[in-house]
Amino acid sequence: MDAAISLTVDGEGYRLTVDTRTTLLDALRDRLGNISPKKGCDHGQCGACTVLLDGRRVLACLVLAATVGGAEVTTASGLAEGDTPHPVQRAFLDHDAFQCGYCTPGQVCSAVGMLDEVAAGWPSHATTDLTAEPRLSQAEISERMAGNLCRCAAYVNIVPAIEQAAGEVR
Amino acid sequence: MKPFTLATPTDADEAVRLVADDPDAAFLGGGTNLVDHLKLGVATPGALVDITRATSAEITDLPDGGPRVGAAVRNGDFTADRRARERYPLIVQSVLAGASGQLRNMATIGGNPLQRTRCVYFQDVTTPCNKREPGSGCGAHGGYTRYHAILGASEHCIATHPSDLAVALAAVDATVRVLGADGERTIPFTDLHRLPGDAPERDTTLAHGELITAIDLPALPMARRSLYRKVRDRASYAFALVSVAAAIELDGDRISDVRIALGGVAHKPWRAHRAEAVLRGARPLEETFETAAAAELADARPLDGVDGGNGFKTTLAARTIVAALRDLTEGARS
Ligand SMILES: Cc1cc2nc3c(=O)[nH]c(=O)nc-3n(C[C@H](O)[C@H](O)[C@H](O)COP(=O)(O)OP(=O)(O)OC[C@H]3O[C@@H](n4cnc5c(N)ncnc54)[C@H](O)[C@@H]3O)c2cc1C
Ligand code: SF4
Ligand code: FES
Ligand code: FES
Repeated sequence: MDAAISLTVDGEGYRLTVDTRTTLLDALRDRLGNISPKKGCDHGQCGACTVLLDGRRVLACLVLAATVGGAEVTTASGLAEGDTPHPVQRAFLDHDAFQCGYCTPGQVCSAVGMLDEVAAGWPSHATTDLTAEPRLSQAEISERMAGNLCRCAAYVNIVPAIEQAAGEVR
Repeated sequence: MKPFTLATPTDADEAVRLVADDPDAAFLGGGTNLVDHLKLGVATPGALVDITRATSAEITDLPDGGPRVGAAVRNGDFTADRRARERYPLIVQSVLAGASGQLRNMATIGGNPLQRTRCVYFQDVTTPCNKREPGSGCGAHGGYTRYHAILGASEHCIATHPSDLAVALAAVDATVRVLGADGERTIPFTDLHRLPGDAPERDTTLAHGELITAIDLPALPMARRSLYRKVRDRASYAFALVSVAAAIELDGDRISDVRIALGGVAHKPWRAHRAEAVLRGARPLEETFETAAAAELADARPLDGVDGGNGFKTTLAARTIVAALRDLTEGARS
């Protein structure tokens, strides 16, 4: 069964008709040719498909495209300003925060969304005082990024990359 | 995946009507559990009704001073709420201990307690499962039982309920607001979930077409002194082996009130009434905590399994109860 939706993806507007079973991930990759978000598990377990949906990090593999008509989607390939990478992307390059790169677009989108959550004062499981403004320690970064798995185990470089970016974003 | 229609009503009555009138229809919240089940073939609805616009996404204050949390409030937004963080640490911590940042941004407060078991046999349509297919048998018996129940199980089903939030809501005696075809009703949170008995296909006492519209939290000042403690196989992004939600109130050198609920041990969030009874009026001493934990777990029935079974859970649950109570009374004990 079909549904007609409009989506803004990385600043560009699209109208498309999707089968109601289509996930946002499949709509982006197969219908709009945006292969930046990756399909790691397709079951919400790895984070490779992370995109920003109306500014928030979500897993595109568990979103039915037909439920988010009118939404604004940002993928890792829409984060740069022209030729200038986003500070999080720059930091991943500076710190060599990847090996094969498969998880990287999801890691980057997740980090961007996560830094916004920290800026808005959201606590995490690693936050001892729930009522205080969170401070972004390494333990906080690891916990907040726990939904993004890296098969190459680049975590030791991802955490410092995000620390660098945290100092620059805001 | 079986084809389905999708409706996105903006009105709760309309959402209820669409599901109540169609035995093949289901509500869709954040989709983090249901969309996975559509892919796995565990759920095969012919119609989905998105409730994220039909129910409230706001947290409002009730006349008695407790908050009402709309069913469409996202788990992440709930943990960001300053009032919730100050007044209900155990609830906020329970949500923060679950899933991941991305999933919490999607999952709803109404959908979270209604997520289905993570029993691997339930999720694998090639194995028998009484919950998925009544009468087909239970694939988990004698299989991998590490994540299965030690309390309240039946021969028909030994699954546990996976929600962390539900454990905290059981501890504080939250109230569930439900809208059905015949109007509104409220359910004490501890009566929302069922023990499996001979009908494990029913996780809850909700009828088909009944919509959770909000969860009401009681004012409960004692909840400020509370915590959620979760023990799992890895430090983050894993379901509970055992968890404890606890709140305590001290009056001088006595425990005047206490609330405890356990996760990971039963088909429903397990309210620890027996442990509470031992503790009420007693001094906050380590030995008393141990007696209380032992009383609660006296009927525990660990399971065998190819993975060594889940016998460790009885000890682990007891120790986690004691540790939670110790943390909450730090400074009050001499
Ligand atoms: C990788 C992974 C790890 C996870 N880890 C954890 C964890 O550690 N702890 C934890 O607690 N959870 C965990 N979760 C589960 C997650 O918290 C739940 O999937 C989520 O809370 C369900 O909420 P939802 O809004 O997405 O529900 P949906 O998936 O939309 O719906 C779930 C069920 O509830 C019904 N429903 C939804 N809303 C309503 C309503 N208002 N009224 C009546 N029925 C309704 C639906 O029909 C469906 O049957 C994890 C999930 C994943 C994928
Ligand atoms: S324990 Fe319950 S959910 Fe798991 S296979 Fe047995 S009947 Fe199904
Ligand atoms: S592909 Fe979405 S979480 Fe793995
Ligand atoms: S860089 Fe290879 S999976 Fe992360």
